[in-house]
Amino acid sequence: MSMTTTTTYDPSARRVPPMGGFNGTVLAIELRRMLRNRRTIVFTLLFPGAMLLAFGGQSGWEERVGSGNVAAYILASMALYGAALTAAAGGSMVALERSLGWSRQLRLTPLHPVVYILMKALVALVMGALAIAAVNVVGALQGKAQMPTHVWIECAVVTLFCTLTFAALGVFVGYVVPGENAMQILGPGLALLSFLGGVFVPLDQYADTVRQVAHWTPMYGVAEIARSPLTHELPWYAVVNAVAWFALFVAGAAWRMSKDTARV
Amino acid sequence: MTTRPNPPAVRLSGVTKAFGAVEAVRGIDLELNPGEIVAFLGPNGAGKTTTIDLVLGLSRPTTGTVEVLGMEPRRAIARGLVAAVMQTGGLLKDLTVRETVAYTASLFADTRPVDEVLERAGIAGIADRRVGKCSGGEQQRLRFAMALLSDPALLLLDEPTTGMDVEGRRAFWSAIRADLATGRTVLFATHYLEEADQYADRIVLVRKGKVVADGTGPEIRALASGRTLRAHLPGADRPTLERIGALGGVDSVETRGDTLIVQAKDSDAVARHLLTETDARDLEITAQGLEEAFLSLTGDAS
Repeated sequence: MSMTTTTTYDPSARRVPPMGGFNGTVLAIELRRMLRNRRTIVFTLLFPGAMLLAFGGQSGWEERVGSGNVAAYILASMALYGAALTAAAGGSMVALERSLGWSRQLRLTPLHPVVYILMKALVALVMGALAIAAVNVVGALQGKAQMPTHVWIECAVVTLFCTLTFAALGVFVGYVVPGENAMQILGPGLALLSFLGGVFVPLDQYADTVRQVAHWTPMYGVAEIARSPLTHELPWYAVVNAVAWFALFVAGAAWRMSKDTARV
Repeated sequence: MTTRPNPPAVRLSGVTKAFGAVEAVRGIDLELNPGEIVAFLGPNGAGKTTTIDLVLGLSRPTTGTVEVLGMEPRRAIARGLVAAVMQTGGLLKDLTVRETVAYTASLFADTRPVDEVLERAGIAGIADRRVGKCSGGEQQRLRFAMALLSDPALLLLDEPTTGMDVEGRRAFWSAIRADLATGRTVLFATHYLEEADQYADRIVLVRKGKVVADGTGPEIRALASGRTLRAHLPGADRPTLERIGALGGVDSVETRGDTLIVQAKDSDAVARHLLTETDARDLEITAQGLEEAFLSLTGDAS
């Protein structure tokens, strides 16, 4: 072991890391961390698949919907639910790490705070993709869902991007609710929003007033978008809903974070 | 780069920091020379952590300027020139020791090898242990390992041994000491006088957000190394007191009722004078320990 014995340091010889510190080592370690976490595995890979098995086999699954059947419709919905839950859990970890002082520790390195959030978002996307893949594998094994392969893929990709909304929601809630309690709120909260937004039960089965309210809730818009490759239906107000909630959650997360950064 | 050839490791000029109505730092001017080991000594609430945060660029001074190696603190951080071991927190419990170091290493442009740093901090043997399962002392050495990664020119330690047992403290300081030959500037905050005296070339004493003394260990000790003489001397008049005050090495003379209290460096001369030239009796001489010296310099009485 040798350490060079320099008596003077030359500040001008030092370099700043490229891309604000963005790198693969952090991504790999963060992913490994997520996959080691038993709770994440249950939320991400097991629970949504189990929900699909519970809901996906109800009577009428073989009826046609757009370019597929009802089982495919339920599959797309459950994939969204699973990925949203995963992304929200990932988002809430940002706040948790802040409360642990890890963000402060990272402020002693060249890592740019925006790059940190970017890497967290990437990890959340990968985990979301795993959640979507898990539900799809369960759906394929169940053998009831039918839709053309390209629709299957389109639904998955669109769903993945829709989950960014919930990653932002996770960050926001994580800041508002301190410590590890964020998921205690996000778990039931997302289930409730999923019921209201027509993820678990189609909206046309609700009374008219409930449906009017449902159109304003955050799961409604993304659910319509995520299933649109299958249903070929996408009301304009669903798109407005999705964009508005995404903007709102990102603004909320940014607001809480900037408040928090003031004291690092 | 617009830096002087040999800029001071740290330069604070006229720095104040207020949090609302609370003034944590009330005007500090301080220059640290490259290669110095400096103790930032003061009681809790003296503004030590706030000052360290300013040097790290974690917060901005309300007034005044902070420079690290001739540049703005965040620029020095981005170049890995400054590192710090903070008091608490700052670790992810579910990572292993090695993962934590590798994670941190990946964020710098140039770093020491992970294994070398683990070795230097004395935690190579627990590299695969989860951070949550490490003792307080081991976690502190992990923070030290992380701080060594970028081979910083300036290392800040904020109360690095708080909460450690004697053994942990010794292990931590021996790791730091092994590293001192490298020419690094080290600034450590502490409220243990002994720690400051033992490991620092220079002690900067702070109290209520201001520097109250600055010098080597022996210099600081000399500042308050006098003795206290107490004697029964009823009816001491002004000329008597003035004559005592004029003796060499007398810091203060006061009376409390019939009791005379003299603070002096040369207690023998004062004692001789009191017993031969005045009616003083029941003379008591007490030495001021290092601890009292510290308290007299940082306490409210000073």
